[in-house]
Amino acid sequence: MSSDSKRASRREFFKVLGAGAATAAVTAPTAALGFDLDTFFQKHFRRMDDDELQAVIERKAAEYAKTYGKEFTVKATPAYEDVLFGYGLDISRCIGCRRCVHACVEENNQSRDPEIQWIRVLEFERESAIRGIDLEAGNPYYDPETVPQKDKFYMPIACMQCEDSPCTNVCPTGATWRSNDGIVVIDYDWCIGCRYCMAACPYGARHFNWKEPTLPADEVNTNIHLLGNAPRKKGVVEKCHWCIHRTREGKYPACLEACPVGARKFGNLLDPDSEIRQIMATKRTFVLKSELGTNPKFFYFFGGAER
Amino acid sequence: MNFIKGFFGFTVGSLRVVLKGTGAYYAWMALLFVLMAVGGAAYLAQFSEGLGVTNLKDQLSWGFYIGNFAFLVGVAAAAVVLVIPAYVYGWKPTKEVVLLGELMAVAAIVMCMLFVTVDVGRPEMVWHMMPFIGTPNFPFSMLTWDVLVLSAYLAVNLFVVTYLTYTSYLGRPYNARLVLPIVFLSIPLAIGIHTVTAFLFVALPARPFWHGAILAPRFIASAFCSGPALLLLIFMVLRKVGAFKIRDEALVKVGELMAYAMAVNLFLLGTEVFKELYYPTAHSIHAEFQWFGIEEHGGGHHVGLAAWAWMALSFNLTAFVLLAVPAFRHKTSLLTLGCVLAFCGVYIEKGMGLLLPGMTPGVLGEIYEYAPSATEIAVGVGIWGTGALLFTLMVKVTMAINDGEFRRKSPA
Repeated sequence: MSSDSKRASRREFFKVLGAGAATAAVTAPTAALGFDLDTFFQKHFRRMDDDELQAVIERKAAEYAKTYGKEFTVKATPAYEDVLFGYGLDISRCIGCRRCVHACVEENNQSRDPEIQWIRVLEFERESAIRGIDLEAGNPYYDPETVPQKDKFYMPIACMQCEDSPCTNVCPTGATWRSNDGIVVIDYDWCIGCRYCMAACPYGARHFNWKEPTLPADEVNTNIHLLGNAPRKKGVVEKCHWCIHRTREGKYPACLEACPVGARKFGNLLDPDSEIRQIMATKRTFVLKSELGTNPKFFYFFGGAER
Repeated sequence: MNFIKGFFGFTVGSLRVVLKGTGAYYAWMALLFVLMAVGGAAYLAQFSEGLGVTNLKDQLSWGFYIGNFAFLVGVAAAAVVLVIPAYVYGWKPTKEVVLLGELMAVAAIVMCMLFVTVDVGRPEMVWHMMPFIGTPNFPFSMLTWDVLVLSAYLAVNLFVVTYLTYTSYLGRPYNARLVLPIVFLSIPLAIGIHTVTAFLFVALPARPFWHGAILAPRFIASAFCSGPALLLLIFMVLRKVGAFKIRDEALVKVGELMAYAMAVNLFLLGTEVFKELYYPTAHSIHAEFQWFGIEEHGGGHHVGLAAWAWMALSFNLTAFVLLAVPAFRHKTSLLTLGCVLAFCGVYIEKGMGLLLPGMTPGVLGEIYEYAPSATEIAVGVGIWGTGALLFTLMVKVTMAINDGEFRRKSPA
């Protein structure tokens, strides 16, 4: 369907409303309020056909160009066939520098004020580990002059891309789902902001836009995926998506590239020769809160000595 | 056609009835309009600024609004505690109570829906969860179930009260063969709205404080305290203003029912507290926060909700004694006190007393001590005002019909 027939179908819609003549009257005042009918009636991502998706991509690109004065690459790249992504984090190597946290914010167009961070790094006393990993003992607000501090270890936490994801189960609108490559995505235009998923997530991975996000034009990342790092509006939930705008094109997530000590590993769990599979075969790994049965695809491991 | 004409007359007549009243009535209405205006203004600010005007955070993403919602579902469901004996067993003393109970259910459900709506980040997009036009995640999401049962319960109660009022306006007896099956349907629905609302929380293994089998039964037991308590208090007021003749016998009977419900509620609370605190596991930290407060690693004591939790417990215990001992509940003053205490006790325990410990500490162990912001309280006050207004209008019409002031003029 070309964009012409698309417009024709929109005319059909107004006819159904019996508002043919009143169309201008409807759109004029609503546009003044920043209200756009195409935006309001945009379909669920998975219900759009190719033409509808293309129309949305074009409309968004135009909107972003207007808002930020920049040319955007808006994508909806689907998952690779035969790929199940997995992420490994070497907990014995992480120094708690939070470079991943900030690289993530820059890559994924999070609001700068109030600042939203998808990765949360907890600092633990090494001694506290005798009680196992007790999250209440972790400090997310550590702020020393230098890291790593002696007798401390660090644990970055973000979306675990669970195989049995509680968040997608509870979502009343189906605005969030697990893709074929294992990445849990959100249709930001379909989310109603009820925050049920935030109550359901055992890892605090989901974040809400409590206010209109601010994203300075000179800091915006123009390479965006609709289900990934597309700029959000107030009132919707967002979270880590393993940089699908990069990883669905064969690149690594931004956090991995930012890590100065190589603590982060990423790859295809279905490929027996991948680095992530090698780690799982040779290192001691664990997942957070395994007792909940969420089956995370984010694994912590102890590098160092071979088994 | 005849029906449409008759019903139109009824509607216009009802409008006339609610516009006329005593000075006290006008003062009450004025007060409610002020509350609604305050709430409306606060909500407008929230709508344009975002939910950042609340004190909610990512670590504690539900609070005052959802707490009120959970509590009010109970109030709505409790109409049934009066409906069952009245209709099913032809239990005379509470019969006049039933209609008001159902009116209260209607008002409470409307308030529930308002509280959920104001909690949503993009209320204009709520159509996304509606069937046909949206993509409801049914049957997996308990929230879609809740919308379903709440709407059904609202529809059933609206139908029953409209039908009963309309027939008495016509001066005709109601058709029991039509009403009774629908009333029967409202019984499982009332249990249903409460069970589903409890399951909303139980469905979250991430929140061990809620992830327990006892939550739904506790919801129902406490609902059978708070709902009738509010209703009894309303009766006391209506009797004072001379609007309704209700025999003491009926009030005392309802008070006795509340005592049984409170006993079950307290027992279930006891079993829960025993399980959490006899051998505290990592999951018991929420109950500890609720009852005693907790020490933070690296210093700092969080008093938490201890004062509120103990206050609720003492209110509920006192209410139980006042309602359970016949000599006490036969005294109007003590019965009233028992109702006030039961209502407040359950409001604390099942409102924010359920919400906040469930989310404190957060899933990553962070302790954020939440209290609602001025905006949240203002919006809440506005919603309670709206519910009270709706209820008052409905009661006004019902009363006018009962008194014989408002009847169809022409002979049927």
